[in-house]
Amino acid sequence: MLRFENICYNVPENGTPIIKDLTLQVNDGEILVITGPNGGGKSTLARLAMGIIKPTSGRIILDGTDITDIDITERANFGVGYAFQAPARFKGLTVKRLLSIAAGGNIDDTECCKYLSRVGLCAADYLNRALDATLSGGELKRIEVASLLVRDLKLAIYDEPEAGIDIWSFNMLVNAFSTLGKEKSGSLMIISHQERVMQTADRIAVIAEGKLGDIGKKDEILPKLTDLFRRECIKVKN
Amino acid sequence: MDNKLLTGDLQLLNIIAAMPEIPKGAAVNIRKNGDKAVRTITENVDIRTKESGNGIDILIKAGTKGEKVYIPVILTESGLNETVANDFIIGDGAEVEIIAGCGICNSGSCGSSHSGVHTFKIGENCKVKYVEKHYGEGSGEAVMNPSTIIMVGKNSAFDMESTQIKGISSTVRNTVAYLAPNARMNVSERLVTHGNQNAKSDMEVFLNGESSSLQIVSRSVAQENSSQMFHPKAVGNAACNAHIQCDAIIMDKASVGSIPEIQANDAAASIIHEAAIGRINNEQLLKLQSLGLSAEEAEAVIIEGFLS
Repeated sequence: MLRFENICYNVPENGTPIIKDLTLQVNDGEILVITGPNGGGKSTLARLAMGIIKPTSGRIILDGTDITDIDITERANFGVGYAFQAPARFKGLTVKRLLSIAAGGNIDDTECCKYLSRVGLCAADYLNRALDATLSGGELKRIEVASLLVRDLKLAIYDEPEAGIDIWSFNMLVNAFSTLGKEKSGSLMIISHQERVMQTADRIAVIAEGKLGDIGKKDEILPKLTDLFRRECIKVKN
Repeated sequence: MDNKLLTGDLQLLNIIAAMPEIPKGAAVNIRKNGDKAVRTITENVDIRTKESGNGIDILIKAGTKGEKVYIPVILTESGLNETVANDFIIGDGAEVEIIAGCGICNSGSCGSSHSGVHTFKIGENCKVKYVEKHYGEGSGEAVMNPSTIIMVGKNSAFDMESTQIKGISSTVRNTVAYLAPNARMNVSERLVTHGNQNAKSDMEVFLNGESSSLQIVSRSVAQENSSQMFHPKAVGNAACNAHIQCDAIIMDKASVGSIPEIQANDAAASIIHEAAIGRINNEQLLKLQSLGLSAEEAEAVIIEGFLS
């Protein structure tokens, strides 16, 4: 279980508040989808959970351990994983090598193929490809997601996993999340704007202007969001 | 001078020429401390000492297929300075791999240096792969100044892999190549410098023949206080294609320079030069750290991949 306790995050350079006294919990085995307008603080919260940035104040507790002050490597080894919104490209580093590192050692081709197939990639074509500019943004994004599927995590964070993925692969991705929810005991925190992704959630949280808005069971929040979206569309139309 | 091969020599040979033992059935010439240590020849590959005594001629018969030729050089004595000229005459249709390389083990206080000039005269319809690795160890200074002159014949291909990973205090590399019609040349250069080392690479390729092509991919890592300078030049004198790509990772207090130079003397020549110098991307480090690697381990993985 992950718990953000009274988290504030101000931009170190100019003190601009991004997260404002936010308290939120991701329960064991739960899929929590975080949604909300752009610039509302969703990705900042994900980066805080991974330890890429540190909160200005507040505590982050994972399975009873205060992980606020431990660095990204330690957090990774403690069972936190993060699929970046814009994955890095690497010259010369192959897909297989990345997945092996993610798995904590060598994994065989069959195992690699299993995870790549789950994100809609024909594995044999990709294992020895470098993660460089020869891969499209969508391919890179899917490999990024696969690099988390390989791991056995207490907390997996996916930052807009759907961005840049075509509709066919998107279906596979949604299926992968649904399966993960059933198979793995860890928690999933998914940042997404996609209704189909929200459908895989146990709970949905809305974050806007650095604060927690609505939070609750999917069946409770999703209709509200759909209704809000419809009204916004009508407003724009008029 | 001692030119018998010792256990340490074989380790050095294995590093520079991937030969844990003397290969059987292949043409081999090992030069140690300025003198011949081992020489074997085959029916198709002859190796002869030049009359001047300062190098060898490697004569490869036309039509030779799939043979490997090993011509490594090792220097294990301090204060040794040598200049060697080796000529490769490769007959039409030959398909061979030539494994060169130079290793200096200098534990003394005097500098050791090796300056080698390799000249390739490649016939028509050949496929030649040339692998060259430079390596130094020990506390003494190690200097290597290799020059390579290549004449690639009609319809022939020349692939050159040059690697300098560790221990060379100073190097100035000169490469000049002339490509005949439909000749192809691929150069893969890998370089790491550290400490106070400096490395300079000048390369000039003349694409003289119609449909000739050139690709140079240079990847380097400059660490600590080391410095590197690259100056590749492609001259298109016919309808040809050339692509030069120089990438460097700069770390610590190192310096890296790249001087791109391309020249087209024919309207149908297409020549591209790309160069990039930058430090290790923070997002790359974060990704690998988020998979459980320390910052140092992540850096090593990024460099290993970059140089692969």
